[in-house]
Order: sequence, then C-alpha cells, then structure tokens
Amino acid sequence: MAPRAIAMLKDAALTALVTAALGIFIVGFRTIDVGSRTGLSFDYELTDLAVAVIVVFLGRLGLSLAAAGLRWPVIALGVVMVAAGVSPMKLPSGFLHWFVALGGALLVLRGIWPWADRAVAVASHTSGGRLVQEIGAKWLGWALLAVAVVLPFTPLADQKTMDLGVLILTYVMLGWGLNIVVGLAGLLDLGYVAFYAVGAYAYALLSTQHGLGFWAVLPLAGMLAATFGILLGFPVLRLRGDYLAIVTLGFGEIIRLVILNWVDFTNGPAGIGSIPGPTLFGAVFAETAPAGRQTVAEMLGIPFNSNHRLIFLYYVILVLALITNLFTQRMRRLPVGRAWEALREDETACKALGINPTNTKLTAFAVGAMFAGFAGSFFAAKQRFISPESFTFIESAIILAIVVLGGMGSQVGVVLAAVLLIGLPEWFRELGNYRMLAFGLAMVLIMVFRPRGLIGHREPSIRLHPVASAGSG
Amino acid sequence: MRVTVVPDPMLSVRGVATFYGAIQALHGVDLEVGKGEIVTLIGANGAGKSTLLMTICGNPRAQSGQVVFDGEDITGLATHEIVRRGVAQVPEGRRIFPRMSVFENLQMGATLSDPAHFAHDLERVFAMFPRLAERREQRGGTLSGGEQQMLAIGRALMSRPRLLLLDEPSLGLAPLIVRQIFEAIGRIAREEKVTVFLVEQNAFHALRLADRGYVLANGRVRLSGAGHELLANAEVRAAYLEGGHA
Repeated sequence: MAPRAIAMLKDAALTALVTAALGIFIVGFRTIDVGSRTGLSFDYELTDLAVAVIVVFLGRLGLSLAAAGLRWPVIALGVVMVAAGVSPMKLPSGFLHWFVALGGALLVLRGIWPWADRAVAVASHTSGGRLVQEIGAKWLGWALLAVAVVLPFTPLADQKTMDLGVLILTYVMLGWGLNIVVGLAGLLDLGYVAFYAVGAYAYALLSTQHGLGFWAVLPLAGMLAATFGILLGFPVLRLRGDYLAIVTLGFGEIIRLVILNWVDFTNGPAGIGSIPGPTLFGAVFAETAPAGRQTVAEMLGIPFNSNHRLIFLYYVILVLALITNLFTQRMRRLPVGRAWEALREDETACKALGINPTNTKLTAFAVGAMFAGFAGSFFAAKQRFISPESFTFIESAIILAIVVLGGMGSQVGVVLAAVLLIGLPEWFRELGNYRMLAFGLAMVLIMVFRPRGLIGHREPSIRLHPVASAGSG
Repeated sequence: MRVTVVPDPMLSVRGVATFYGAIQALHGVDLEVGKGEIVTLIGANGAGKSTLLMTICGNPRAQSGQVVFDGEDITGLATHEIVRRGVAQVPEGRRIFPRMSVFENLQMGATLSDPAHFAHDLERVFAMFPRLAERREQRGGTLSGGEQQMLAIGRALMSRPRLLLLDEPSLGLAPLIVRQIFEAIGRIAREEKVTVFLVEQNAFHALRLADRGYVLANGRVRLSGAGHELLANAEVRAAYLEGGHA
C-alpha cells in the first residue's frame, strides 16, 4: 500500500508542478497600465496561483485514488473541497470559489460514477427499467415540445427567459437544418452561417428598401439561400471529408467578406438597422401603430405589453423549427432522404445502386441552406439590426458543435445540445469571462461520457413492425 | 485468343483498354456474355478482373474500345445511368450500408424500381436468403460476412436487373458459406432468368457454376471456353486450381 501511496503523491505533485509552471505566466501576475510616464507594472496574484495548484494537486490525487478503487476517500475529498468552495473563507476572486467547489463536485461525481454506472446498467435490464427507457425514447421529444409550448404561460416567462428561449430555438432550427447536411448526408459543412447571413440580408434589404413584409420575404429568403446552397454545392461535389470542410469554410468567409465590403449594397460594417419585425395578420407589435396600420393590442382588444412581441417571436421560431423537424422526418422516409443517408455511408455503393450522387448532394445542400435562410430572416426580424459581425465563423462552429454533440442525425439530440451549449453560457453569465470555461467543460464532459453524441444511436427510418420511435429521431 | 461468339449477347466488351493514370490495367479486352448465361472471369491478383468489372460500370471509363449492353453503347455513361439500364452490381467487399438495417439496405436497392412491386421483390429475396428475413431489423454492419454477402446480392436483385455483375462474392468467406452463395447465384440465373457475369479468384467453384469462362492475365484475355473445358485445361489447372502461378 505504501509504495502505491507514494507513487500517487508523486504523480499528483508532478501535475501540480506542471500547473504551477504553466500558471505562473497565465495566472501568477498581470501587467497593469500605470500611466504613460512609467508604462507597465506587475501585479502579483500568487494566492490565485496557489489555490489553483492545490486544487489540481488534490484533484489529481483524487483521480488516482478513484482509479485504484478507493471510492470513499475520493468522495470525502470531494465533499471537503465543495465545502471549502462554498465556505465564507475569503479568496481573492469569486471565480476561485467556483473553481474549488467545481473541482470537488467533479471528484464526488467520479467517486460515485462506478456505482451509478452499474445501477443504470442493472436497472436497464429489469422490466421496469426497460419500460422507462422505452417511454424515454418515445416521449422525450413530445415532453420537450410540451414544455416549449407552455413555457410563455408559466411564471418563469420573464423577458430574460423568453429572450433565451428565442435564442435557443433559433439554434435548434439551425442545428436541425445543418443536421440534414452533416448528420444525414454526411457532408461536413463549416460555412453554414453563410446561408443564415443570406437569409438575414435578404429580409433586411427587401423590407427596408422595398417595403416587403416578413411573411412575404420568408419564402423568398429560403429560396435565395437554397440557390446559394446549390452554388456552393457545384464546386464541392467531387470533394470529400477534409477538403470539403476547407472549401465550405472558405465559402462562409467569402459571403461574410462580400457583405462587409460591398458597402453600396449591404451598408458594409455599419450594418442595416430599423428592420421591421414580423406582423400578426398585418398588425404590428408596438405601442402606437404607424399610419394605416393597427397594433396587435388594438386588434385583440388587450392592453399593450412589451412582452407580447417577444412571446410572438418565440412562437414564430418554434413553429419554424418544428417545420424544419417535420420536413426532415418526412424526407428521411422518402427516397431522396434515404439516399442522403446511404450517401453518408458509402458513395461508391450508392452509385452502384443507380443513385445520382450529384443530385443527391445538391438537394442536401439546398434543403439545409433553405432552412438556414428561414432562420436568418427570422433573426433579422427579431434583432431589427444586422451586421457582418453576427455571421462569423464561430457561429458555424457552434451550430456544428450542436449537431455533433447532439449525436449526428438525431433530432432530439440537437435540442438537448442546443439547450446545453446556448443555454449554459447564458445562465453562467455571472461567471463573467470564465463562462467560456463552463462551455468548454460541458463540451469535454459530453465527449468523455457520450463520445457518439448525447443521443448517438440511429433509429431506422422505417420498420416493418412498428416499435416505439415516435417523436425522436 | 478470341473464341466464342455468342449469338445474342447481353453484354459485349470490345477491345477495352483502361488506364489508372499512366499505368495501363487492361490491354484491349474482348468478351461477351449471352442472354441467360453465367459467365465467369478468373485470374490472379492484379490481373485486372475488378478493373474490367468497374470499367463496364463506367468508373473508371475505358480509354478506348466499347462496352455494349443490350445493343446500346454504354461506354461513356455515368455509373448511375448504366445501372438505370438494368445492370446491377455487387461490388467488391460487399459495400452494404453498415448503419442501416437489412430492410433499409434492401430498400436502397429498390431505388430505381417501381414501388408497386417492392413487396413482391422483397418476398423473393427473403425466400432466396431466409437468413435476411430473420435479421431484417438488424444493422447491416452487425451481420456476419456471409450474411453481408447475401444482403449485397439481395440488394442488387431488388432493382430487377437483367444483368448481374458480381465481384468476388466468395472473398473472405468460409467454404460452407461459399457453396451456399454459389448455389444462390446459380438459382438467380436459372430461376430468375438473370444473366450473370461473375468475377472470381475461386476458380474451381466459379468454373463449375459457369456456362463459359474467361481467364484474364496481365490485362489480357488469355483463354476462354466452356466452364468444364477450362476446368480440365492443363494451364488453368496449373495456374489457378493447384496453387501454381499465373
């Protein structure tokens, strides 16, 4: 036992040493501007560094103990760290409290993981467990939908929640759209945001310059984005894998740079403002209607409330997202949808079966782009101001992360991943700059525990004997 | 050596030369497959057997020469266009869709055929390979090698082909399974009236099954004749049946 304990301590000490060596430059001191005369000076933050090194030391020790099968010491260590994190002890920054507590929580999790794992495995073999699983597979999608529908009527629905809801649903829709291209057809598209931008600028320009309404532009924006999808599709038809990814990445940047530099047309970096919002049967969401129009409050005979607009937007994006989902589910059952999936599996075999890979890829690009165009129009109508800033590569990356983390091709997985990836950073806004750390941690945890995505298994699109599979994908 | 001329050819390959970049894989190959025949092409590794099969399917395209299917020149057509004309292909290495169920794989095979006879065609495939019926909901990737080969053949049959091209269906299978597969190929030709062109390394089984055979060596047709003749031919015996060299 003793040599093992020494080895563990050595290992933990080495990890702590590496942390200290790396951290001394990143955490250990910060440069402060003390005025033009004297230039820069240093501010030492060695307490922060010390706390970090101690946490890493204990964390590494805990992991070694867990690997050796000593669960109770790990859990005890974790509990002590959580207690230290939430104790009134004075640490230099609030983040350090989080850091200590989070480290402890992870250790506790690691300690109970083997039990939880086994318990779940055992439970899934009992008839009750199987029932729960079946209900989960069948009803999870419907349950999420029910929550989404009633959310605006619950007391939770303050402005912040509704804003977040609209944001999450926008990404759900984008995720479902990209899922067609990446998840079903297996074409890695890193420039998806380009079509989102096309849709957004289509609505912004047509509404501010030609006075067209949201509902008239929506199908136009979709068609325009689909056209761009086909335009992108042609040059990349012969490319696979990494090469395809590079070209789509370039395409996304080209669209952004054109928008940025074609100032006469798009107003360049200054963006386009005062874009009208969507209307409800011609009535506008505002306190006073412009000449010849009616406000929604007047039309319905209810008192004006600025939340109405947000709730309306919420339902619009919910319906748009659901259309995307239903469309995809239908497509999967049609020959072209099955051809997408077959193409992802094996292009050569597809050709041998008489499938035209050119048309199949182009339809996947076009349909995926069309939904991004719809979402883009909605985004412009909601924000009322758009600029090239909103359509950078990071957006494509986030949408792709939602699809991959959700489990490629899974519709419910996309929802869960969008809630996690968009919701978490918003909820953790109090963490300030460190919220991206939470984002990264969530990603790492998903990849460690669910390497094939949150919902990583594929349901057959058709069964001869119907089994519970409704609502999920 | 150019021998047999079939009166009513389903497939004619005339002087086909195929290149991979600068390397010539086929040097003017001539062969014919008559309607309703089982014709096999045997030869050593690297002789160009698979290349010929793929050239017939239009990928890679023949640099010179002609491929004629049922009276129509198909040399310049894209693969999916050739398949549309009634040529089905069981590619080398089976190439089933691993994440799709057996049923979905068969559905993909029926992409080109009229949905009205889907149910009937499915019954025929399941009757021929009862194992596939047992595993219809199972993912293709979890099947055994033999079952995957059955699935690949069944998938090809779903398009109601007039000509079935098979590339090494015995590859990597146990002897018992190989016998089953060859039995099935025989039934496809005789009962379903599908013309079969079979590329094989397993010369013994292939020649016993086939009406006629061709021997390919270094991208050229070396010998041809009836299956039983080739089986008795001294050169064939030495090179392909008794572990000699090509």
